[in-house]
Parts: sequence; C-alpha cells; structure tokens
Amino acid sequence: MVTRSSNRNIVSAIVLGVAIALLAACSGAGTPSDDGSVGAAGEPPPTDGATGETVAGADTITVLMVGNPQMEDIQGLTEEHFTAETGIDVRFTILPENELRDRVTQDVATQAGQYDVVTIGAFEAPIWADNGWLTDLSGYLAEDEEFDGDDLLQPMVTSLSGSDGNLYAAPFYGESSFLMYRIDLFEQAGLEMPERPTWDEVAEFAAELDGIEPGVAGICLRGLPGWGELFAPLTTVVNTFGGTWFTEDWEAQVDGPEFTEATQFYVDLVREYGQDGAAQSGFTECLNTFAQGRAAMWYDATSAAASVEDPNVSSVAGNVGYVYAPVKETESSGWLWAWAWAMPQTTQRAEAAWEFISWASGKDYERLVGEELGWARVPAGKRASTAEVPEYQEAAAAFYEITQNAIQEADPQGPGVQPRPTVGVQFVGIPEFADLGTRVSQEVSAAIAGQGTVEQALADGQRQAEAVAENYRD
Amino acid sequence: MTAVATRPRRSAPPLRTHAPDRRERWRRRLPLLPALVFLIIVTQLPFLTTVGISFTDWNILRPGQRGFAGLGNYVTVFTDGRLRAATVNTGVLTASTVLVALLIGLGLAMLLDRSFRGRGLVRTLLIAPFLVMPMASALLWKHALYNPSYGLLNGTMNAAGQVLGFQAPTVEWISTMPMTAVVASLVWQWTPFMMLILLAGLQSQSTEVIEAASVDGAGGLATFRYITLPHLRQFLELAVLLGSIYVVQTFDAVFTITQGGPGTATTNLPYEIYLTMFRKYEYGEAAAAGVVVVIGTIIVATFALRVVSSLLRDERVT
Amino acid sequence: MTATTTARRGRIRPSARPPETAVRRRGRAWTVLAWIAAAVFFAPVAWMVLTSLHAEVDAATNPPSLFAPLTLDQYRLLFGRNITPFLVNSLMASVLSTLLVLGLAIPAAYALSIRPVERWRDVMFFFLSTKMLPVIAALLPIYLIVQRLNMLDNVWTLVVLYTAFNLPIALWMMRSFLREVPREILEAAQVDGAGLVTTLRSVVAPVALPGIVATGLICFIFSWNEFLFAVNLTATRAATSPVFLVGFITNEGLFLARLCAAATLVSLPVLIAGWATQDKLVRGLSLGAVE
Repeated sequence: MVTRSSNRNIVSAIVLGVAIALLAACSGAGTPSDDGSVGAAGEPPPTDGATGETVAGADTITVLMVGNPQMEDIQGLTEEHFTAETGIDVRFTILPENELRDRVTQDVATQAGQYDVVTIGAFEAPIWADNGWLTDLSGYLAEDEEFDGDDLLQPMVTSLSGSDGNLYAAPFYGESSFLMYRIDLFEQAGLEMPERPTWDEVAEFAAELDGIEPGVAGICLRGLPGWGELFAPLTTVVNTFGGTWFTEDWEAQVDGPEFTEATQFYVDLVREYGQDGAAQSGFTECLNTFAQGRAAMWYDATSAAASVEDPNVSSVAGNVGYVYAPVKETESSGWLWAWAWAMPQTTQRAEAAWEFISWASGKDYERLVGEELGWARVPAGKRASTAEVPEYQEAAAAFYEITQNAIQEADPQGPGVQPRPTVGVQFVGIPEFADLGTRVSQEVSAAIAGQGTVEQALADGQRQAEAVAENYRD
Repeated sequence: MTAVATRPRRSAPPLRTHAPDRRERWRRRLPLLPALVFLIIVTQLPFLTTVGISFTDWNILRPGQRGFAGLGNYVTVFTDGRLRAATVNTGVLTASTVLVALLIGLGLAMLLDRSFRGRGLVRTLLIAPFLVMPMASALLWKHALYNPSYGLLNGTMNAAGQVLGFQAPTVEWISTMPMTAVVASLVWQWTPFMMLILLAGLQSQSTEVIEAASVDGAGGLATFRYITLPHLRQFLELAVLLGSIYVVQTFDAVFTITQGGPGTATTNLPYEIYLTMFRKYEYGEAAAAGVVVVIGTIIVATFALRVVSSLLRDERVT
Repeated sequence: MTATTTARRGRIRPSARPPETAVRRRGRAWTVLAWIAAAVFFAPVAWMVLTSLHAEVDAATNPPSLFAPLTLDQYRLLFGRNITPFLVNSLMASVLSTLLVLGLAIPAAYALSIRPVERWRDVMFFFLSTKMLPVIAALLPIYLIVQRLNMLDNVWTLVVLYTAFNLPIALWMMRSFLREVPREILEAAQVDGAGLVTTLRSVVAPVALPGIVATGLICFIFSWNEFLFAVNLTATRAATSPVFLVGFITNEGLFLARLCAAATLVSLPVLIAGWATQDKLVRGLSLGAVE
C-alpha cells in the first residue's frame, strides 16, 4: 500500500509542477488577448476536457488569411479602427497560401468551424459555394446599404459567385495581368511598345533587348511549379494561342496543337531570353528581378505595379511603362484574380463576421488605408469608385487606368476561342485542377530548367487531365 | 522481439532478493502503468481509427458520398506506384542524411576531443544548427541560401566572380539537384546531433588505454582503428538509430524546400501521405497508405530493434 | 591547407626539430580545421541573423550586400504582428509537456531499471517502437478525434500529443541514467523501508539530476520545434511559434528579412537553452551509455 499512496504523491507533485509552470508562462507574457486555458491547471491534460470550452466571446471573431501585404495592413488597422467602433474583437491567423487552402478545406469539410472569416481566391469561391461550404452573402449585401454592392466590378462579382448566381465572397482586392516594360531600355534600343502587343512582337523585343546591359534579361516570366504560379501566366498564353485545358464537353486538350505551341513558345522564350533561375521564379522572385533592373519586360499581375513604382523597393520606379497583356488569337488575354472574404457555413457569429467583411471590403476602408498608409497601398481593383478618387489617381497615375480596364475586359466565362466548361481565365474551376495544374507545372518547370521536353510534359499532363475529365463526362 | 523474449536471462536483476510474489509483481509494475496506459491510449487509439477509415471511400470534396470501400483503397495504394516511389525516396533520403551526418559528425567529434584554445566556442557554434527550429532552417535554406536570384550560394559565387573576373553560373540548386538540396539541409541540421553523441563516446574513453597504446608504438591510425572505433561502436549504433528515427519522419524540409518536386523526385512517405490527404482529399486512401507504411515500418523496425537489443545487452557486461 | 603541409613537413624530418614541435604544429592544424568547420556550420545562422537586421531591399540582392545599413525594423514588425501569444503558447506546450513527460518517465524508468518488472525488455521495445511509427499517419485520426472531443485549437491538446511523442525517448534516456545509481545505497534505502517517493527523492534524484535536466532539454527542443501538428490542430488561440513563422511567406512581395527575423526570434529560446546546458546535452544524448 505504501507504493500506491506514494504514487498518488507523484501525481500531485506533477500537477503542482504543471500548475506552477502554467502560472509562470502566463504571467510572463500577460497579453490580455491570450485567454487560452488559464486557471485550468487542476489536473493533468489527459483527464481534462473542460479547458477546451474557453471559447472566445460572442463579440470575438476569428479570421484566417494569407500573409500578403494588404492583409498585413488590415491586421494593423483593425484594432484601432474596427474593434474600437464596433466592439468586435478580431483574431487573425496568417498562413501561406498552400497551408491556408489545406486548413480551410479541412476545417469546413469536417465542420470543425474554427474560423468565422477566411480569405479565399477566385478559384475556390465558386467550387466551395457549390459544395455548400460558404454562407450566401447576397442577403447581407442587399441589406447593407453602406456597402454599395453595385459599385463592385462585374467580372469580380461573376468570378466570386456560385452557380446559383449569388455572391459567396466579398472581394478585398483584385487584379488582372499586363506587360510591364522598361521605358529607358526601349528608348536606348530604339524600340516602341504598342499599347496592345502580340506575343510575336514581345518575343522579338525580348531577343533584341536580352543583354542590352550586362545582367539584363530580355523578359521575366514565372517558372516556379504551382498551378497558381507558372500556370497563371502560361494558361493565359495558352488561351490566346487558341488552346484550352478542356473543351466544353470535357475532352482534355493538354497535348493539343495549340496548347503545345503555346507552351513551347513560353518555354523557349524564357529559356532563351528569360531571367536567371527562371524555373524557381514565382511572383516574388520576378518582382525582385524586375525591381532591381535585371529584366527589360515582365508579364505578370497588375498588382505588381504598386511595388514596381515604390522607390523604397524598386530601382526602376518611374521608368516603367504598362501595356495590355500580349495576345495572339484573342482580343485580350489578361487573367482575373481576386482575394476575397468568405464566411464558412459553420460560423456561429455570422452577424459580426459580416460586419467585418463589410468594413474590410468597403469604400471607407480604402480611404482609411490611403490616408493612414498611403494611396499606393489601397486594396484596389474591386470597385469602380476607387479609380475616381483623386488621391488614388495621383498615386497610381502610371497604371490605374489600364489596371481597371484590364479587369473589366477579362471574361472569366469565355477567356479563349472556344466555350469552356467552367468559370475561370487562368485556371479551370474544378477542385482537381489544383493537383492537376501543379503536377503538369512541375514537368513544364523541369523543361524550363532544361530537363525533359515540353512534349513529354504535356503527354503526361494529357493523361492526368483525361483521368480528371472522366469524372465530369456524363 | 520474440528472439529477445526467449533469450535466457543473463543475470538476476540487482534488487531481487527473493522470488517476487503476486503483490510484489504489481508493486513493481505500478510506477510503469501511468506511462504505459497513456502511451497506449494516445498512440493506439488513432491507429485503430486509421484502420477503420482505411476501409471507407471518403473524399471530403464529395460530401455525403461516404461509403464502405472494402480493400479498394489498399488496391489503389499498391497499384498506383506513387507509394513505391515515395518509399525509395524515403530510403535514399534517410540513408544518405544519416551516413553523411555521421561521418562529418565523427570528424568533428574527433576535432573537438582535444583541448585547444576556444574549444568551448567552437562547440557552441557547431551545435547551433541542431538548435535552430527545423521549419526555420528549411525556410532559411530555401529562401536565403538556395534561391537562384538572391540566395547566398549563388550570391557568393557571383561576388567571387566579380572580384576574380569570371562569369559565375546561376545554379538552380533546388531544381537541378533536389534530393541533394534536401539532404544537405538535413545533414547540416543533424550533424551536430551525431557529433554530440560521438563526442560523449570519445570523452568516455579512458586516456590510459590511449597512452598505453602510444607507448607501445601504435600510430594514430592504428589507435583509432583498434581502440577508438570498437569503443565507439555502441555510440555509432545509437547515433544511427536515433538519427534514422527522426530523419525518416522528415516533413518540414521536403514540404518547404521542394514540395516533393520536381515531379516526385523528393516526395517521401510522410509528404506523399500528406498530399493524398490535403491535395487529393482522399481520406480513405491516405489512411490505407498510413496503415501500409506503419506495417512496413514495424518490419524494418524489428531489424532496427536488434541494434537496440545489442545496446541493452552490452550494458550488463560491465 | 598551408598549416597542414607545414605540419607534414615537420614530421618528415623529425631529427631536425624536437618531436614536440611537430606534434604541436599538427595540433595547430587541427585547431584551424576545427575553426573552419565551426565557421562553415555557423555561417547559415550568422547569415540569418544578419539578414534579419537588413531592410527587405538589401536582403534580396545579388551579390549579397554584407554591409548594408542595419535596422531593427523587422523585429519591430514582428511585435506589430503580436508574436507574444505565439511564444506563450509554445512555452506552455513545451514546458508543460516536458514536465508531464518527466513525471511519467521517471517512475516508469524506475520500474524498468532499479526494480525491473518481468520482461522489461519487451516493455522497453514497445515504447521505442511507437517512436518509429510515422506520425503523419496519425494526423488524420488525431484531427478527427480531437475535433470530436471539442479540443481543437487548445494548448492542452498539443501538450498531450507532445508528451506522447517524447515519452519513449525520455523513458529510454531516464532508464540509462537511473542505472547509474549505486546499488548499495538503494538496497540500504530498501532495508530502511523507504517508499518509492522517498527513494526517488533522496537517493535517486541527486545522482540522476543531470540526466533529468538533459532529458527535459531534449523534450523541450522537440516540442518547441514541432510544426505539423501545431499547424493542423490550432487556429487563432493555441497557435505556436512555428505557425507564426510560416505566416511570413507571401507570394506577393519581399519577405526574406522579416522571415529571418522571425526565424531568429523563434529559435532563440532553444538556442539559449541549448547553449547554456551544452555539457549536459552531450551527456544526455549519449543516453548515459557506457562509462
């Protein structure tokens, strides 16, 4: 019996130790926001079920978002400008895009309901809406007069709606794609950039300008694997070359002649006249390359312009011209993307969540950012009214018009020469595309790095695409 | 396991003065029970759940279509070849990381096993990689060292090129040598670990034996071969065992540095299961893959445990 | 390299110099080599710290700008993003799980070494074998179970899991250390009729204390650094510092300097703890094997 009572002593010793450590840990930091599981140190964890119930109060919402600069800004502004006015506490979790997608999918699909608001992209919005994972926002939209839903750009609304036509995510900021070029280098070479260049012209310029100064590449293009990295620009090239991933009745076209021609063109262009390390270049690397003056042209997101024109980040600010996305067979070819606020079905604080969304996507927030942080940092590209603000016009003089037009021109329902089965310019709006696009992009990226050929990559891609298409053919 | 259990007892446990009766046996077991029960609950309950899920057809993107799949998931796992490729990658990754880290660690341990000025500082600097958070180290290698346009590796070559007047090549470390890139970062991280174990081994070596050997005219190499190495054997085994246990589970580095690519060149088992779960959303298939891997691991581990058994056996000799 | 050649030359002509000089020269060569190795291994860490003190533009240049102006902006930004709750969560998860591991492992190790149960080897193997199973296979069921228990986003969940992850290694280490306790004292204590707690406290603890510290340190390191479960089982309340760290990766802008700052900051507690106790770490990692 001695042993048993001694054993109990050990347990109580552990409990005591745990309690002390807990108090020490908590008093050490003393952040009021961390109301975690304080004071619940009565027992060792295995038998402890009660502490999980210390849920945030009714006026606290949890927001999961990507770590993009615009989200960082809102995190900084929320407490002073949102919580102070509404009394709603907002807790943020920031994760990189891939992890965020994994987390949200799992959270919503298993009905865990850990988040009240999440940032999602134009790719997820229609899919998740049709899965019944997101709250229909159209009712809130209609009631909230201050929000002014009619001000939202139509292509944005289209790409964030479900197949029932209702809006399921409120845009935070949007973008299309365009071609950026160095005015000084073009002058030096005696070249002139048309307002609507073709890809053939761009290839000629790239050949001419490659190495015009030491270390300057003719063009900078993404090559980093990922459906949202390499395949964002590449799919727009495929579109305008007349290719597509799938026909309207779900026939895979990945090894089709147009798809192949476009991919070969892209790979050759970046291999011959592209930047160093192209196969590992995503948006960030390209921004860095271009901003440091190491490329004469760059085809990428319109949202890049704000950084390119920021002298703190860019050595080419003021020297850059902006023209529409290069084309071949189509009239326009820019992509369409938005980061948007959505409310999972599982949220229990929908009213507070909408209040936050309405604030974050509203006109007043744009003005707030403009005045507090500078007009170049406004989360733009979603509202027609943004382009009418004089301060914004001044700050974004070089690119605001073309950005707005490019977004308006983008047609998520018919981006190529043939009808499409889903909504989306630079992606196919089916869940399998994330896996499919990423796998094919890995092989195309390998071709950019000089390992393997485009034919091989696309032959493999066709097989995988065909397997996906089978699920959708009736 | 059986082999060990049936082995005849070597010597009586030190404190056993009389044959234990029933009550005595339970008194001995009691202190063990909390740990045992805790571990059984926390590890075996999830495993049983995994087995259960592995027989279902469950893709979370198709809610409401969950059903019994029989052995279907296992058929998929064995036929589509991705698991096989991942197994090979895991083997290559683990073996090369552990071996290279062990060799470098041995060298460093021998360098540190002499007294010289600043030895404490050198050891402090050398163990730093082991103490840096693995996620931080993976991000550091990917973005700060390997990045082709602004990483330190290419940057240093470029700087050297500018000084010495040659055009430095732009090496795309991650896409041209993905496995090496991952292994290098892991070796960096695990070498200090190996070094510490082997250093403890070297420091436990009696100096008299070494001195006696050198008096007898044995050269450095011979002393190392015939005295140090046999003495270190146990520590080497320990280092390999512990290293393998942790390196075989590598997730952070693969997830961060290569995302398993290009293609599936660096997709190891943990990452492959992760992909099935979070990119394909096939929970049933992921669970089946998990069960297969667990069974495979048990088979491999039985061999590994032989090493442990030698570790446990030797202790009674002294 | 020069030093090595000189040393070798010294050995070729032993008669020309007293043998001690040759030995000392060779010793110096080894010392230089040790310093070079230390520099190589530490370089990435040094680069991380240096980058964290640069502005974003200076952090991503080629060739690298070593002498760019230093700034604490990145660290200011970290605290602007409120790193404190993450550090507190990490501290709670790792300290509490470490204490719990020790609380479970020490008595268990006692039952496996000093007063061993029958078939203690098999028990030992069971514990170790759980460490070899791929943790990733457990992620899905654990997520589902934790969700069912309503314990998602709760530090205690991490405490329980980290305890289970570290228990086998801790048990093994503790067992090795308890073996070193002199038998005579134990027997004397037994004769005096001391109970388990008295024995542990007054006889075992003083001898095994360095081992306990080493074991605790190892558990602390592995819990502090764990990412996979932390990112999947927590949301806004219980997220730990590795989760904070990955939040700095963005596809839309430069982030290297702030990432390095975050990496430095979240690694710091373990670095300090490890450096401060490195002698015990050496002993701990050898699992007290053979003296």
